[in-house]
Amino acid sequence: MTDKVLVTKDLETVFSMRDGDAKAVNGVSLSVGRGEVLGLVGESGSGKSVTGFSIIGLVDAPGRIAKGSIKFQGTELVGMSENDLRALRGNRIAMIFQDPMMTLNPVLRIDTQMLEAILAHRKMPRAQALARCRDVLNLVGIAAPEERLKTYPHELSGGMRQRVAIAIAFLNEPDLIIADEPTTALDVTIQAQIIHEAQKLCRLTGTAMIWITHDLAVVAGIADRIAVMYAGRIVEQGTVDEVIDTPAHPYTVGLLGSVPSANKRGVPLRQIPGMTPNILSLPVGCPFRERCSRADEMCQVEPSRHVVREDRDWFCHHPHIAPDTSEATQ
Amino acid sequence: MSVLVFFGLNIIGDPVYMLVSPDADQEDIDRVIRNLGLDRPILEQYVLFVKGALQGDLGNSFIFGESALGLISRHMGATLELAFTALFLAIAIGIPLGLYAGLYPNRMSSRVIMTSSILGFSLPTFWVGLMMILIFSVQLGWLPSTGRGDTATFLGITSSIFTLNGLSHLILPAANLALLKVSLVIRLTRAGTREGMQQDYIKFARAKGLSTTRVVGVHLLKNILIPIVTVLGLEFGSLIAFSVVTETIFAWPGMGRLLIESILQLDRPVVVAYLMIIVALFVVINLLVDVVYSILDPRVRLKEQGK
Repeated sequence: MTDKVLVTKDLETVFSMRDGDAKAVNGVSLSVGRGEVLGLVGESGSGKSVTGFSIIGLVDAPGRIAKGSIKFQGTELVGMSENDLRALRGNRIAMIFQDPMMTLNPVLRIDTQMLEAILAHRKMPRAQALARCRDVLNLVGIAAPEERLKTYPHELSGGMRQRVAIAIAFLNEPDLIIADEPTTALDVTIQAQIIHEAQKLCRLTGTAMIWITHDLAVVAGIADRIAVMYAGRIVEQGTVDEVIDTPAHPYTVGLLGSVPSANKRGVPLRQIPGMTPNILSLPVGCPFRERCSRADEMCQVEPSRHVVREDRDWFCHHPHIAPDTSEATQ
Repeated sequence: MSVLVFFGLNIIGDPVYMLVSPDADQEDIDRVIRNLGLDRPILEQYVLFVKGALQGDLGNSFIFGESALGLISRHMGATLELAFTALFLAIAIGIPLGLYAGLYPNRMSSRVIMTSSILGFSLPTFWVGLMMILIFSVQLGWLPSTGRGDTATFLGITSSIFTLNGLSHLILPAANLALLKVSLVIRLTRAGTREGMQQDYIKFARAKGLSTTRVVGVHLLKNILIPIVTVLGLEFGSLIAFSVVTETIFAWPGMGRLLIESILQLDRPVVVAYLMIIVALFVVINLLVDVVYSILDPRVRLKEQGK
């Protein structure tokens, strides 16, 4: 991909707590191209949501971006003024949240909430803006958008609300959408529909998307590439096929093993032992070593980046892929 | 309520001796008793009272001889004016300060606001009233300390808000009465703001790129106004009912002061009528609160439009 919409480099987001600085995001480098969907996968607390909020510039105190760069279409976002960031938010970069029951304001009508998203960024006659709202609602598969516009969020179902939220994200035809677990709170059937709509819209408009999730099955369905996050770092990156079929990092292997599937009935699921480490007291060396079956003394030293291609890499001393299958080492 | 008050008042004392001159003979006293209807059994008195009340007659004042209802409504304007001004102050001062303290909880000025609101809560109203008189009327001589100033009629409402002299009389008692409510509104608003700003819908509104003014002024405020309106509604009733203290200190000719005087003179019909009116006011205010509630919160609306 030459046409990168977003490139982050060594991004570090730190939360200053009473007992020290917590590095929720610890040197994340990723990139997304036009029309591409990047799946950002990890367990709770791995820093994937904070990565999303860092990109859109909505990390709340006591959190702050301590280091690194976020280049959005060549413009550096780290250190940008709040006003300039606001002009980008909702306009060039949009975000979809996890819980559709909570993201829409309960006391404002749908049309109010959609119109303000347009009018915050461009001057436009009300009627024209309303027409745009209807079009986008249609696009995300909402029937009778005219009526839906006049309702309050509580009159809509969860799936419907998430469609509205997605419609709001697409209103200004942004270049990048960050979707923070948008299907986690929905039924599986609705989930499939929403994924389908989102994918369709990205292809249609050329919008890049970062799809944050803990669900590998979802990511396999929507993403072009996958980045696996653990303890604030990306431990493995690659195309969907590469990561799902030939995972290198033991953590990715563990995640894949924890997914229930139809052809493994009756066999107990393999679990990853232990819990995600406290980011305030990470083990020295590889952050995963205390839960890893392959760990040895070598893992006391932090593994360096093993690069196959620019967008295929992993951080591990003992990858599941034999060293000779990789073409290059950095 | 009426039963409680009616019979309770009979126990307190005999109003007759307040009415007749100390050197009146037994015949005079008997005549007064008969005129007031106090010679009848208490149950019969109560039945007569209820009969009258149902027809809008709450009896005549023992002291003034005129109808208790008319007497109170003449004083009600002054009290309502005081209460509304105090309510206005509570909202106009309390909400902005509360918002500020909620949005910037770590600033020094926020801490000052919160500490002062504790003072507003805990200092007794009568003492603050006296201090206000001492400072603004006695020491500085800026504002008058007693009574209601000139009134003027505007749009059919007679009030002292419309004259400068009236306003100068109104400021001190209204501020005194509002003090507690201001503190209450500050604390409520701050708590709501602190909680509201954490909500996903606020984050989503910010992610849409809305200005802070719109996020706070529309998205946040419309949500936190719901509990504030509820509490203020209830408090407004007590603002009217318990303006007694403030009215007494500032010699404000409202119905609170009338109540105190009537109690002292054992003017039973006035006291009973006053309490009946307060009960009715509470009911009306609660109804109004429910109406405002449904405007603010679409989830409690009974009928949905367009369906």
